[in-house]
Amino acid sequence: MTARTLFDKIWDRHLLCNGPEGSSLLYIDLHLVHEVTSPQAFEGLRIAKRKVRRPELTFATLDHNIPTTGNRMVLEDALARTQVEALRKNCREFDVPLFDLDAPEQGIVHVIGPELGLTQPGMTIVCGDSHTSTHGAFGALAFGIGTSEVEHVLATQCLVQKKPKSMLVRFTGATGAGVTAKDLILALIAQIGIDGATGHVIEYAGEAIRALSMEARMTVCNMSIEGGARAGMIAPDQTTFDYLKGRRFAPQGEAWEKAEKQWATLQSDPGAKFDSTVDINAAQIAPFVTWGTNPGMAAPVTGEVPGPDRGVNDSERNSIARALEYMGLSAHTRIEDISVDRVFIGSCTNARLEDIRSAARVVKGYRISKSVQGMIVPGSQQVKRAAEKEGLHRIFTEAGFEWRESGCSMCLGMNADRLKPGERCASTSNRNFEGRQGAGGRTHLVSPAMAAAAAVAGRFVDVRNWHYKD
Amino acid sequence: MQSFTVHTGIVAALQRDNVDTDQIIPKQFLKRIERTGYGDVLFFDWRYDRDSCPDPSFPLNAPQYRGATILLAGKNFGCGSSREHAVWALRDYGFRAIIAPSFADIFANNCLKNGVLTVVLPPAEIAQLNARDAAGLYRLKVDLEQCQVSGDGGFQAKFQIDAFTRTCLLEGLDEIGMTLKREAEIARYERTRQVGL
Repeated sequence: MTARTLFDKIWDRHLLCNGPEGSSLLYIDLHLVHEVTSPQAFEGLRIAKRKVRRPELTFATLDHNIPTTGNRMVLEDALARTQVEALRKNCREFDVPLFDLDAPEQGIVHVIGPELGLTQPGMTIVCGDSHTSTHGAFGALAFGIGTSEVEHVLATQCLVQKKPKSMLVRFTGATGAGVTAKDLILALIAQIGIDGATGHVIEYAGEAIRALSMEARMTVCNMSIEGGARAGMIAPDQTTFDYLKGRRFAPQGEAWEKAEKQWATLQSDPGAKFDSTVDINAAQIAPFVTWGTNPGMAAPVTGEVPGPDRGVNDSERNSIARALEYMGLSAHTRIEDISVDRVFIGSCTNARLEDIRSAARVVKGYRISKSVQGMIVPGSQQVKRAAEKEGLHRIFTEAGFEWRESGCSMCLGMNADRLKPGERCASTSNRNFEGRQGAGGRTHLVSPAMAAAAAVAGRFVDVRNWHYKD
Repeated sequence: MQSFTVHTGIVAALQRDNVDTDQIIPKQFLKRIERTGYGDVLFFDWRYDRDSCPDPSFPLNAPQYRGATILLAGKNFGCGSSREHAVWALRDYGFRAIIAPSFADIFANNCLKNGVLTVVLPPAEIAQLNARDAAGLYRLKVDLEQCQVSGDGGFQAKFQIDAFTRTCLLEGLDEIGMTLKREAEIARYERTRQVGL
């Protein structure tokens, strides 16, 4: 039998049959739904008089356009309220379970799936959200889809797909102290470019990946889409099983034993062929900071902002010049000389308990700079409660941070959490596109520890030299 | 789905690489629950200045592009967020086809589900079209039956598209309806999977 990749194995297992003219019909095990990309899909079902085929494999939550302060059951924004109410109505009408704003499980869709044990190895998982790649950290095939495809999955529990290519990314060597999963993925995207993995499913491997916790693996897989990849995945191992065991929707008892045995086979066979391979030495990666207007425009904190002359053709030179103008930066500015006005610690990339702990450890015993407004937005209510149990919220509030309710918040600024024009933000989110966090806002992507250090120092500093007061 | 067979129209050029869907339609317009009505806010932050007036420096605001139905774009067009609103906005504005050296995966899928044809051409041919643009207004014929783009002055280029997508577009097929016809297969798969896991 030919050697197969992890991706091949999951694909083959979910392939119903090869459809007409080379198309593939893929069965979907788990469909996650949120308020922004689903209303038109449910409306489509209604118009065509169709039902949700497997409501028990479908889970909905509210995360994108909801407030992170105040009484969240009363939404002042009329448009947001309409969208939230549409999801409630759709879930009632189509029998889809919903984690509403007052539910103890509410949170960012890609944070709650794993923490509830819904996300499991070997599954196919989709959601109308590009960061669905997060769930690949468990050895699942997970990818973002548009609203038309959301409707297709709701109606059929299947999706018509063309099989993507495969890419192996090996992080060799051990990651240095103070260097995180966020730095690994930013370094990769800086190397391959934001379309470097277009049309591919990435499998991350190597010593540095094996050493990562589940939460850190999720950060890596989360940003696969920022390198253009359809999905990112990591073969499950003991770290995966330890994380999942005992979670609410994970198999229990005998079913667990059986599942664990089967999950252990979910690895690429020796000699399995990938369409392309990228090697990166993790030991040489420093904390990364983006300086431009896409996630590939990034530099080590010890480096500087490049000039347009770094571009290899006119198009790249124009892009860099445009980015510098938008970001209000001049070429050759040292990264450590860039000061910030805002710090956002949150998002499906970096708002899990470990992220919050890592930021709290930096902040402990310090006050944030007078010129900085800092905001911590836990990824879920469960993360928020766990952090509060450890007293982390007090470390933040005593330092001058705001401690908020869970949601997507200023990652995309659909709610009131936004940058003002010209404001510069150190953000643990995933996109630094123009206007992403608010029209005219300037985003620098960093790890939670780097964001916390920037809040205290008022500028970017190398967190590897941080004086911890713990 | 709206079908696509042959379309001839004015070409508007946006010579920027890596245009993300946050630029195509910013977040504040994702709160509506309809599939239509996004044309006026397409490229909102680039298209309008702070006083909500059309910004003359934005290419699509050029008077000669009025009525354009084909967009000539840069590489990796539509990267980032999966928001299908980006395609709804391009379609509502009037675009029926987008020609680029490459597209982001989710965006391209979204286009094809909405009857907006994505045409990938090699950089050399894109450069030819951009040169044509610099010389003045021109039209192209995008022919999905022949998988060919052609225009006056002798421009002609073939493009590739997978067979199933092409059939769906040519015939305006309801993909969900087609999958639902395979109910027996889906049910059989579900039964064997439950035993097999």
